[in-house]
Amino acid sequence: MTSNRQLCIFSLGDELFGIEVNRVQEVLRSQQMTAVTLAPRFIRGLINLRGQIVMAIDLRQCLELSPFDRDHSPMNLVVRTEDGPISFLVDRIHDVVDVTEETFEGAPPNLHGVLRKLIRGTYPLRDKLLLALDVDALLNLIDSAAG
Amino acid sequence: MDDFIVDYLLEFQEGLAQFENELLELEKAPESATILSSMFRIVHSLKGSSGFLGFQKMAQLAHEGEDLLGRLRDGRLRLSPQLTSGLLAMVDGMRSRLSVIEATRAEDDRDDSDLLTRLRNLQAGVIDEPPLPTVPPKAPIKKKPKAPAESAPALRSQSAAPPPAPSPPARTEAAQAPLPVTEPANVDRGDFESEQAAIGGATIAGATVADTTIRVDVALLDKLMNLVGELVLTRNQLLRSSVVGDEAMQQASTQRLNLITTELQEGMMKTRMQPIRNVWSKLPRVVRDLALACGKQARLVTDGEETELDKTIVEAIKDPLTHIVRNAVDHGIEPPEVRAGRGKPAEGTLRLRAYHEGGMVNIEVSDDGGGIDSARIRRKAIDRGWIGGEQGAAWSDRELFGLIFRPGFSTAESLTMVSGRGVGMDVVKSRVEAIGGSVEVQSRLGEGTTIKLKIPLTLTIINALIVSSGGDRFAIPQGNLIELIRLHGEALGRSLASVHGAAVCRYRGGLLPLLDLNQILKIAPDRAVRDTESLNIVVLQADDQRFGLIVDRIDDAQEIVVRPLARQLKGIACLAGATIMGDGRIALILDVFGLALQLSGEHQRTAATSHHEVQAPVQSGDDRRPLLLLLGTDGSPFAVPLEQVDRLEAFPSSTVEVVGDRPLVQYRGTFLPLIDAADWLAGRASRRGERGSGREETPWQVVIHAVDERRVGLVFDGVLDVFTDRITVAGEPSRRGVLYTAALQGKATEVLDVPTIVQETLRSSVFALEA
Repeated sequence: MTSNRQLCIFSLGDELFGIEVNRVQEVLRSQQMTAVTLAPRFIRGLINLRGQIVMAIDLRQCLELSPFDRDHSPMNLVVRTEDGPISFLVDRIHDVVDVTEETFEGAPPNLHGVLRKLIRGTYPLRDKLLLALDVDALLNLIDSAAG
Repeated sequence: MDDFIVDYLLEFQEGLAQFENELLELEKAPESATILSSMFRIVHSLKGSSGFLGFQKMAQLAHEGEDLLGRLRDGRLRLSPQLTSGLLAMVDGMRSRLSVIEATRAEDDRDDSDLLTRLRNLQAGVIDEPPLPTVPPKAPIKKKPKAPAESAPALRSQSAAPPPAPSPPARTEAAQAPLPVTEPANVDRGDFESEQAAIGGATIAGATVADTTIRVDVALLDKLMNLVGELVLTRNQLLRSSVVGDEAMQQASTQRLNLITTELQEGMMKTRMQPIRNVWSKLPRVVRDLALACGKQARLVTDGEETELDKTIVEAIKDPLTHIVRNAVDHGIEPPEVRAGRGKPAEGTLRLRAYHEGGMVNIEVSDDGGGIDSARIRRKAIDRGWIGGEQGAAWSDRELFGLIFRPGFSTAESLTMVSGRGVGMDVVKSRVEAIGGSVEVQSRLGEGTTIKLKIPLTLTIINALIVSSGGDRFAIPQGNLIELIRLHGEALGRSLASVHGAAVCRYRGGLLPLLDLNQILKIAPDRAVRDTESLNIVVLQADDQRFGLIVDRIDDAQEIVVRPLARQLKGIACLAGATIMGDGRIALILDVFGLALQLSGEHQRTAATSHHEVQAPVQSGDDRRPLLLLLGTDGSPFAVPLEQVDRLEAFPSSTVEVVGDRPLVQYRGTFLPLIDAADWLAGRASRRGERGSGREETPWQVVIHAVDERRVGLVFDGVLDVFTDRITVAGEPSRRGVLYTAALQGKATEVLDVPTIVQETLRSSVFALEA
């Protein structure tokens, strides 16, 4: 029996990542951010989300990728968490796609560093590989890094 | 299923609280059928709910309690102290079971047989319960002032002893169950925790599920609904009028919007208001248990329990209030024999009073106990070196009482088990001040003590000063703001200095340590602003520390809504929260206490200006305070420290009236007494009021000095000069009212002690009646 999942796809550079769509509250284009300079570097700042103050996390830093392009305005992927919404800064946000569990493969062994803990596995997508992100692992990582 | 459990927990907690209070009332009126029926019903229904959810052990406990109450209600048993204690033990046992259920959603299999047996014995009228938890006053632990560490372990192990209910280890486990309570980060909880354990579990389980819900008056909700309805209408009007281009309508709608928003804000704040009764409800038990343990008799009387407080504040003051009450019973109220000897009733009275005044909630805790012995405080303070011997004699009672809040203070001759050495008043003060409140102590020896707390109505909306640094805006709570300084050009160079590498600024005769906001926040300063020859400094006070914060720009003062920071950011010491400004941008709220932590060691030495040090008379060694040199009415010069001058005024002589032997003038709505400095020093009555002195027409020039809320004017004939440099002190004070003598402009000039002169005048004159 095939089971379908729906993943929201976003990209960081050339890589495609997917998060379960029911974890995603909304997506926004680049928002004005207020920096919190004393916070760890991966916390880029705070944004005003319809009257709620939401933390914006630099996902490139979290995943140990190269930094954002200075000219490029990142998009906000707002994710639901226990303590309220958290926004992740990503390059581009794409579609929501259906994937079937049958095509799921475990994480490739050549994933480096922190990615190995955060990627659940992969789904093939046309000509690319979609990396399924484990949101809870990511949130835990953020918590422990924030101290 | 979980919903059921949440409801059950809520019902149980409320039921137990009510049961406990009714039990204490029953003690005073043992025959009351209504109270007994109510208590029976509570336990009966709790038994039913427990059974329904499968919590068998709880149901069993409730069953025995119900049986006991049934016998009481039917008159087969009479209420006795042992029975009361047994029922309280049952309540404690239930509470601790409740904590476990809350944490694990199931019962643990701990053994209750002791408690059950005790209850059964009580039912049968057999009296065999363990002895009441008293500490015989004859065997106190002798306090060793130099070795506080030794007493702490003794305190903790003993605190496990009282109410012999289900095993203490279980209670501490329960206390460690996750509690969603946030605490002010910079306050030490140590002593409160040992006290909480000693209270017999009465408060530990209470902080959990009940915190996530709130009761709101339906009428209030209706009102809010109406307001929201009007808001929708006004929004529609606004939309329409902007589409259609009707400016008049737009303006009217905007104004209406303003009104509705304010009302909605007030209404919403009201929903979070809880009567202070919720905080006080646990105190009767605390007083009862503690009084028993100390061998004293005390009762609690409340006044104003319906006074409302915001929910955020309720949490913050629970502990400090409990501590103050415990102190009053333990150290304030005397043992019955002593009281009898003083002609007081054997039972001491503790009065709790709450009322709204001036936008704050005032809470007073008074006892009719022995009061605070200021002489002992003075001796202790001198012993500890906090104040010098001579100065010590000059301190007023009020200043001495303030010392109670110093860490490490206690005049208790011996350690008693229950509240330690009176340690914790410093924590009370810092907790209350952390929420923007204040504490004050008044006492009369032999008659009693009153502790007054003043706390703001709500924490979530505060007045703040908005400043800019590095292009971002920041909010500084007004409560910590002393004043704003702008240093310009020449003054800039003159005032700034460096003490062992720490930047300071000359300020009101002293030195103010400086912090640069840009440096602390690691942001690049706004060069356009910084390069000009001026500096903006915000003078702040955190507890004892006064310091200046350099910012790029000072913007505005406004009311802001405090939003908490995300959990991951809460650990940043300098930030207290965030707010959304009118333009939608976010401003971070600075934590003044966190900023104060940034002061280096050297800074801290400069910054620590204890309130009392500032008020104590200045020694003649101080030579750097600016002085105002004046000509006295007798032709001789005298000087006044500039910081003691509020302002200079000149009054036409027609406005000066003479009342009794004193000239005065009406000023700013009150009477301003006038003192002629020269006459005062010479011990003469004032001459200016007399006819024929040749001065009738000339205006009276006056130095105004304020003492608390009252002002007094010091009369002189002319300003000669202002001295800001080092002064050579030429001699000791020559007479009362003189600080020292200095060589100014080549002449020996007396520098006056204005506060003393003013105080003595006020005390001895007609105006003393107003005091």
